[in-house]
Amino acid sequence: MTTADLIGKIIQVLGGVAIFAAVVGLILFLVDRAPKRSRDFIQLAAFVAPALVLLVGGLIYPALRTTLLAFFNRTGDWVGLDNFIWAFTQPDALRTLLNTVIWVVLVPLLSTAFGLAYAVFIDKSRGEKFFKALVFMPMAISFVGAGIIWRFVYDFKSQGRDQIGLLNAIVVGFGGDPVQWVQVSPLNTFLLIVVMVWIQTGFAMVILSAAIKGIPTEQIEAAQLDGTNAWQRFTNVTVPGIRSSLVVVITTISIATLKVFDIVRTMTAGNFDTSVVANEMYTQAFRANEPGRGAALAVILFVMVLPIVIYNVRVLRKQKEIR
Amino acid sequence: MRTTLRRRLIIPAALATVTGLALVGCTGDIAAEDAADVDCSLYEDYGTFDGEEVTVSGTIVETEADRLINSWSDFATCTDIEISYQGTRDFEATIAQLAEGGNAPDVGIVPQPGLVQLLAQNGYLEPAPAEVEANMDEFWTEDWKGYGTVDGTFYGAPMLASVKGYIWYSPSEFEENGWEIPTTLDELTALTAQIQSDTGRTPWCAGMESGEATGWPGTDWIEDYVLRLHGPDVYDQWVTHEIPFNDPRIVEAFDAAGEYLKNPDYIDTQSLISTPFQEGGLPILDGNCSLHHQASFYEVNFQDAGAEVAEDGDVFAFLMPPVEAGGDLQVTGGGETVVAFRSSPAITAVLQHISSGTFAELRVAEGGTVSANNAVDPTSASSPLLEQTIEILQDPNTTFRYDGSDLMPGAVGSNSFWAGIVDWLSGDSSQQVVDTIESSWPS
Repeated sequence: MTTADLIGKIIQVLGGVAIFAAVVGLILFLVDRAPKRSRDFIQLAAFVAPALVLLVGGLIYPALRTTLLAFFNRTGDWVGLDNFIWAFTQPDALRTLLNTVIWVVLVPLLSTAFGLAYAVFIDKSRGEKFFKALVFMPMAISFVGAGIIWRFVYDFKSQGRDQIGLLNAIVVGFGGDPVQWVQVSPLNTFLLIVVMVWIQTGFAMVILSAAIKGIPTEQIEAAQLDGTNAWQRFTNVTVPGIRSSLVVVITTISIATLKVFDIVRTMTAGNFDTSVVANEMYTQAFRANEPGRGAALAVILFVMVLPIVIYNVRVLRKQKEIR
Repeated sequence: MRTTLRRRLIIPAALATVTGLALVGCTGDIAAEDAADVDCSLYEDYGTFDGEEVTVSGTIVETEADRLINSWSDFATCTDIEISYQGTRDFEATIAQLAEGGNAPDVGIVPQPGLVQLLAQNGYLEPAPAEVEANMDEFWTEDWKGYGTVDGTFYGAPMLASVKGYIWYSPSEFEENGWEIPTTLDELTALTAQIQSDTGRTPWCAGMESGEATGWPGTDWIEDYVLRLHGPDVYDQWVTHEIPFNDPRIVEAFDAAGEYLKNPDYIDTQSLISTPFQEGGLPILDGNCSLHHQASFYEVNFQDAGAEVAEDGDVFAFLMPPVEAGGDLQVTGGGETVVAFRSSPAITAVLQHISSGTFAELRVAEGGTVSANNAVDPTSASSPLLEQTIEILQDPNTTFRYDGSDLMPGAVGSNSFWAGIVDWLSGDSSQQVVDTIESSWPS
C-alpha cells in the first residue's frame, strides 16, 4: 500500500463520519422544523425509526432466517428436523449440551456467591475502593485476553523440561509430576469455568456492593437492637434487601455464560470434550460448512436463553408495580 | 439562536463538502506502473481492458500475498486490468456465506477441493473458460485436473502446490552416527529403533497444536500411510466415501502411524498435542530429536530459526518412503484451485494468466513456494528443497494425491478428522476413532 493509498483510506473514513454527521444533523434540523400540528408524532418517528430499522434488519430478520436455515442441509435441501435430531443424538453434540448446562449452573452460582461474600466482607472496611478495584479489574480484560492468560497458567511441558505454566510450576516445585490440565476431561471444563468466574465475580461484586449500600441503616440497626448475630442479619436483612439486584446479577451472568465462546475457543478450541453450544455453533457453521447444524444449535441456544430473559423481565415489571 | 444554529450547520456542511471534494480528488491519483517500463510482449494476446477491475480473494496473506501480487503485476499493467487482491485467513469460513449473498469476489483462490465442490454444487461457480481448460491440459497432470472438476464440469486450475509427507532430519547428525536415509517403510522403523538405542532419547519430534485446527498434522500421517500401504485407488475411495472411514484398511493405517505417534519411546506423547506445530520440528537443530514429519512448507519455520535448509546444511528432508524400494513415487500434497464466481472477458484473461506457465514461473521465482505447473523450470525455485519438490511434482511417474482432509466434506475434513486425531492421541483406540469419524460423515 502506498502512502497515497493510506491517505486516501483515512480521508474515506473521515468523509464517512462527516457524511453521517451531516445526515443526522439534517434530520434533526428538519424534525425541529416540522409543522406544529403533528410535531410530536414526527419527532417520535424520527427518533424511533433508526432503532426500529436496525432491530428489524439486524435482529428480527436474521433470527427468522437462522431458524429457517436450521431445517436445511449444506446443499440447501429441506431436511426437516434432521439437524435437531443430530444435535440431540450425536455423542459429541450431547457432550456439548451437557457442558453448557454445567457452565450455566456453576458460573452464575459461583460468581454471585464469591461476589456477594467479597462485597459483604469489604463493606465499610478501610481501603474498600482498592479491594474493589482489585476484583473488578478482570472485567476490563476481554474474554480472549483472559483465555490466553489462563492458557499460560495451565500450560504443560513434558516432565524434565522447564514449566512455564504457573500451576504446573507449583506442582513440580512441590515434587509432583506435571499435569496436562486442559487435556484431562472433565477436569478441563471446570478449569475453563474458573476463568469465567474470575471475570464475572467483579461484575457481581460491584453491583451487589452498591445494592448493600442501598439498604437503610435503620433496618440493620433495628436488627442489631433485636439481638441478631451477623449471619442472621445477613440472611434476614441484607439478602432480602438486595434481592432484585441478585436476580439481575444472576440472570445477566447466566445469559453471558450461555453465550460463552471466546474462552473455550482460545483455550481448547472445543477439543478434549470441552466444547459448548456457542463454540460448536461456530465450528459447524463456519469450519465444517454445515450452516444447517450451526443454525439448529443457534436456535437451541436461543430457546435456552429465552426463559431467563422472560424471568428477568417479569421480575423487573413486578418491582415496578410495587413501587 | 439563529446565529448559533447557522454556525452549527455550517461546520458539518463545510466538512462534508471538503471531504467530498477530497474523496473525488483521491481516486485514481495512485501512480500506476508505467506500461512502457514492462516487457509486454508476453501478454499481447490478452488484449487490453481499459482499467476494468477484477477482485480476487483467498487465504494467502502477508509476505505471500505481496509475492502473489508481484507475480501478476506485469500482466495487470500490460492488459490494464486492475486486479485488487484481498487476502483473509477467514476466507474458507466466510466464502460460502459471501457467495450466497452475492458478495463473493470475481475470483477465489480456494485451498480445499472439498470447498470447491460445495461451492460448485450450490451453483455459485462459473465453469472454467475454455482457455483455462486448455492451459490445464497443457501444463498439469490428469491427477490435478480431477481436483478442479465437480460432476464432470471443470471449474478451475490449480495455482501453487506443496508436497506433504516430508521427513525432516539433520544431515550432519545422520553422517556422524552413520544413519542411512530409509528407502522403505520397514527401514524407517529400523532407523527409528536404531536412533532410539543410539541416543537413548525419543527419535521423533512432536508438535500438533494449531488452535482450532489442532490435530491436522496427524491427518497427514494417516493420509501418507493410506496412500503408501493401500495405493491410490483405495485412497480415492476413502476420501470420496466409497469405502467407509472405519474400513479395516484405514484402521491399519492408523495403527501403522500409531507405532510412532503413540509410542512414548519414539515420541514425546505427553506434549505431542500441546506443542504448537510451528515449533514442533525445531528441536532437531538442538539435537533433541532427529526426525520430524511435516510438509515442504515447514522450510520457512527452519529458515526463520536461522537454519540452513540444504542437503549439506543444518536440516533437510526426505520423502516418507514407500513400502517397497524403487517403484513409482506416491506423494500427498496440497494446493489451491482458482475459481470464478462471475464471468467477463477480463476475468477470463486473469484466470487464463494465472493458469499459464508464465505466471507459474514468475511466482516460483518470487520464492517460498512451488507449482505443479510443468512449464516451471525447477532451477528457478528459491531453495534446494523446493527444487526437489518441483522435480517430484513434474515426474510423470509420481502418483500425486491431494491432502485427503481437504477433499472430504468440511464436517469431516476440517472438524471430526482433526478432533479424531486429538482423541486418538489422547488414548482412544484406532477403531473407536474411525467409528466416531465415520458417524460424523454427512449424508
